Amino acid sequence: MSTTKTIAEATYEIASMLEALPDWEERFSAIMSMGKGLAPYPEEFRRDDFLIKGCQAQVWLFPRLVDGRIHFEADSDALIVKGLVAIVVQIMQDRTPQEILAAPKDIPEQLGLAQHLSQNRASGLSSMLKQIRLYAVALSMRTPS
Amino acid sequence: MHLTQPSAPLLDIAAIRTEFPILQRMVHGNKPLVYLDNAATTQKPTVVIDSISEFYRQHNANAHRAGHVLGAEVTSMYERAREVVAESIGARADEVVFTRGTTESLNLLATSIGARLGPRLAEGNIVLTEMEHHANIVPWQMLRERSGVEIRVIPLTDDGALDMGRASQLIDASTLVVSCVQVSNTLGTENDVSTLCQWAHAVGAISIVDAAQSVSSMAIDVQQIGCDALVFSGHKVYGPMGIGCAFIRRELLSDLPPYQGGGSMITNVSFDKTTYADGPMRFEAGTPNIEGAVGLCTALQWRNALDLRDVQSYKKMLTDELVAGLRLRSGVHVHGAHHGHSGIVSFSIDGVHPQDVGIMLDTHGVAVRTGHHCTMPLMKRIAPQGTVRVSAAVYTSHDEIAQFFHALDRVMKVLL
Ligand SMILES: Cc1ncc(COP(=O)(O)O)c(C=O)c1O
Repeated sequence: MSTTKTIAEATYEIASMLEALPDWEERFSAIMSMGKGLAPYPEEFRRDDFLIKGCQAQVWLFPRLVDGRIHFEADSDALIVKGLVAIVVQIMQDRTPQEILAAPKDIPEQLGLAQHLSQNRASGLSSMLKQIRLYAVALSMRTPS
Repeated sequence: MHLTQPSAPLLDIAAIRTEFPILQRMVHGNKPLVYLDNAATTQKPTVVIDSISEFYRQHNANAHRAGHVLGAEVTSMYERAREVVAESIGARADEVVFTRGTTESLNLLATSIGARLGPRLAEGNIVLTEMEHHANIVPWQMLRERSGVEIRVIPLTDDGALDMGRASQLIDASTLVVSCVQVSNTLGTENDVSTLCQWAHAVGAISIVDAAQSVSSMAIDVQQIGCDALVFSGHKVYGPMGIGCAFIRRELLSDLPPYQGGGSMITNVSFDKTTYADGPMRFEAGTPNIEGAVGLCTALQWRNALDLRDVQSYKKMLTDELVAGLRLRSGVHVHGAHHGHSGIVSFSIDGVHPQDVGIMLDTHGVAVRTGHHCTMPLMKRIAPQGTVRVSAAVYTSHDEIAQFFHALDRVMKVLL
């Protein structure tokens, strides 16, 4: 379970896995494989209101509150972006809104991805994280702190 | 598909390449840069880079203001740049307005022409094409919001050419402006702009040509084209960013109200009444981008020293090589069939998002552009997810095209 690790630990684990790979072709291949591991996205939520703005590809992110923790479903029509959203989801999955809001803001840098993805796509990554924080704020109103 | 036989090289590409320092760069550690994003911006030769640095080391002053020696030097450098732009496109120096680039030139034209036409707009129409860059769409839509002018769009045929039959119907007695791209930045199609200009004139409309993509390799003569205005950006013709120009035919220029107000564009200012300068200065409020004009001047001189017919035949060869190589690969679709000598080729791969192709090519040091290329209406029709666009320049080598295909094959293996 991802919740047994802290956000910092989960981030570090993925960052180390990526860093150990010899080059960026391999890293992006690994990122794409992570995308393939995402649970199938529920078709009823493939709607524009669950699209994340600020990405070149389409990215859907759907949150659900389960026992005070947020469970995300995600998908994208591009493989690398789907991998990126899978990474973000893996780090943030099944955490309380408070945990998510306390997470560091430099996760793209910690993952070693900010430097390699151009602003356009890195900002895709930041848009995903921003959207997760927005959901956490919205859902925190429905959970006892 | 018939492949062009590589003929004896007319241009010494290896020598030209040594003039562009950035082409020696390695990226991602140890990979030679293969720069195939020239439609977005071209690289700069050493002479251009040096002219800008020389400007600041030796001359820097404001133009048209200071009476001292540096001011005089800079004023003459700035005005010399205007002459070189004019010579390069068959215009007169007093018909050349410096701007930030194509985008600002088109905003200037839409705003000033809009102000000049005033109430006629409500009854009239402006004719654009389906392949325009957003820079030649949005300023006219902003004018439509202010005035209610109708915007008509010349559609494309399925192979990516303008439907000239439709164009001849759309341009009619109520047409006020016809504004069209000369070479499409997405499809590479070269349009018959002189025929469109003729049709525009026949109905008394103003004709505008967006030459952003053509100026780097085509000889441009505004008299031959017969346009009232023609615009381009310095950075797409080996020059610096933040400088560009608008050729505006003298009769039109002297008839248009100013675009922005400020210093330099006036003859006299009082709080009761201000009179505007004549000529291009009327459209150049404030301190202009003088270093940019100097760099653009050098870039155009560099371009003019090449035989543009040789540049075109070389770029035609590169373009044919790209199109033929892409068509050989199964699952790859080339958009449009009129690439000419543009060097611009857009393609899609079945079942693959263009962004993935772009990111993976980059890991091999190959720089291309993916997305909608600021031509969303066109993309909606040909490829809603966007395309991958490769664009070659005069310094692109056959070897680089081979490296691109080598990288593409690897990328397709990983992605498919
Ligand atoms: C055909 C065309 N028009 C206009 C523009 C806008 O040029 P700029 O961004 O330099 O103003 C471009 C640049 O991409 C272009 O290719």
